[in-house]
Amino acid sequence: MKLIFEQSQPGRSACALPKPDVPEAPLDKLVPAQYLRQSPPGLPEVDELTLVRHYTELSRRNVGVDNVFYPLGSCTMKYNPKINETLAGLSGLNEIHPYQPEETVQGILQIIYELGECLKEISGLDAVSMAPAAGAHGEFTGIKTIKAFHKANHQEQRIQVLIPDSAHGTNPASVAFCGYEPVEIKSDACGNVDLADLKSKLNDRTAAIMLTIPNTLGLFDEHMLKIAEMVHQSGALVYMDGANLNALMGIVKPADLGVDVLHFNLHKTFATPHGGGGPGAGPIAVTTKLAPFLPVPVITREPLKDGKSGDTSVLKKQHLYSLSRQKGDTSSILKMEHFYTFCCPDQSIGRIKGFYGNINVLVKAYIYIRMLGAEGLKKASQMAVLNANYILSQLKEYYPSTCSTQRLCMHECVLSGVKQMKESGVKTLDIAKRLIDYGFHPPTIYFPLIVHEALMIEPTETESKETLDGFIEAMKQIAKESKDNPQLVKSAPQTTVVKRLDEVKAARELVLRYQP
Amino acid sequence: MSDSLYYSQTHEWARVSRDVATIGITDFAAQQLSDLIHLELPKPKTQLKQNEPLGEVESVKTVSDINSPLSGEVIERNDSVLTDLNKVNADPFGAGWMVKVKVANPAELKNLLTEAAYKKLCETDAH
Repeated sequence: MKLIFEQSQPGRSACALPKPDVPEAPLDKLVPAQYLRQSPPGLPEVDELTLVRHYTELSRRNVGVDNVFYPLGSCTMKYNPKINETLAGLSGLNEIHPYQPEETVQGILQIIYELGECLKEISGLDAVSMAPAAGAHGEFTGIKTIKAFHKANHQEQRIQVLIPDSAHGTNPASVAFCGYEPVEIKSDACGNVDLADLKSKLNDRTAAIMLTIPNTLGLFDEHMLKIAEMVHQSGALVYMDGANLNALMGIVKPADLGVDVLHFNLHKTFATPHGGGGPGAGPIAVTTKLAPFLPVPVITREPLKDGKSGDTSVLKKQHLYSLSRQKGDTSSILKMEHFYTFCCPDQSIGRIKGFYGNINVLVKAYIYIRMLGAEGLKKASQMAVLNANYILSQLKEYYPSTCSTQRLCMHECVLSGVKQMKESGVKTLDIAKRLIDYGFHPPTIYFPLIVHEALMIEPTETESKETLDGFIEAMKQIAKESKDNPQLVKSAPQTTVVKRLDEVKAARELVLRYQP
Repeated sequence: MSDSLYYSQTHEWARVSRDVATIGITDFAAQQLSDLIHLELPKPKTQLKQNEPLGEVESVKTVSDINSPLSGEVIERNDSVLTDLNKVNADPFGAGWMVKVKVANPAELKNLLTEAAYKKLCETDAH
């Protein structure tokens, strides 16, 4: 397939721009001459049909949750409801600008505020920041908040953060980025935090422990309450990586487990798109004692009163009323009971992201939560856990692991390709590639690091039993092929446009080009 | 594997001759990592501490620390493995050696594993 640049023909065009409806001015009057380019940009010039064919073909080659089962472990690739896109695209949301005065963007502020209230309810925590742009940014913000808390309490000798060996790599990276020292805690044979190892590393230098709940083995740590108690007794805090929150909604509130700070991945748990569909969002929730340190801005609300007194809230309402009268619609203003505004927490760590965060994502997550409601969210978590256990129960004898397949799992299960590796030299990478031939996106592989030849499968609640059965059947077939015809598996995929990529060569000799 | 080698819990080896130890990663480690794509090693004169990272290795699967089996000063670095990472995968105990260290404290050898003990560790670790 040719790139759009390779299809370019000079002078060809797919559009005719209308005449400008503003006065034209010479370019060098608008932009200083030294900043003007000397030659036109090398943009592709194609006709409309070529353009349509090109991008239609590209979209066909794209793989996403809209066309295949995508059980990428720890990524929660659930269906992203299309209504989220429709509503987030409404002009009242789509055409606002972050520099607008707050009285003209009350709607979006209300959405962000109410989403925060929902996240507080789900987590059981007391205050939220919607600013972080994604999961690891949430980790960074949360750890910064913890650091500010310890500093305010004259506990600056606390420089270590304990992290289990099953953690996502972002955890130690975020910790190091905040100037803390990550210290690894071992897992025990059952996939829980090794309490003896925790005890030996917990002291007055410990700032926090970072736990993914349930952990990356898809297991709920059976000693969670004990861990939180030990950590709190030593004066440290409990940070929860919320990557796996899809297992817990409406079932247990992280605050009840002793969590002090939690980040949410709205693009996982709350059904907003990953990657190409838009950026992520990683809001954090904290306990009351950490609230003064949250980044700016925090959105608050105050009651709007009717009447004629000199009350500032009445003045605000009158101002809003006159604004909306200019636009000819006063009905929504008359119904407004609150005025939403920004505030800066007392000892805020400052600004960590431009404007109010990735609001497009916040809007979609809000719609998702309101559509499902409390019961719906709980059901989603229950079904996510049920689906993962169904896969685990059907496949554990084919892909056994000594630790992660021995217990009931939560929203994801971790299988192992060690059996195939020993029997016929088929690697987990080969199994993953072969799944592509069966029409499935491969699961996460070689993670968590503590399971050899790991296959980490997260089906999510949005898949039907028929889809799960199709996947299970494919995995059983691949186990059989690994025995009977290992070469077939080792040379997969056979059915794709691009065959097996040489990942080693690509990593060692990185050369980017589009022509051979 | 050879009898004159000492092994760490974290899959490094040390071959000690008088007061100089040659250090690398084991064939088990190389096999578990799969093909290497990046390697960082310390320059000569760097001081190493037993069980603390001396460098970092990256494969298509993962990134991990290489821990020093012994304390001491780096006296030589195998620059040829840095340009040809295949050496580590192909010959981890020979051409794939990484650094030579002037051993600071020979008593530390007792913290390392014998071949038999290391083999046993690999068997349990492979699951």
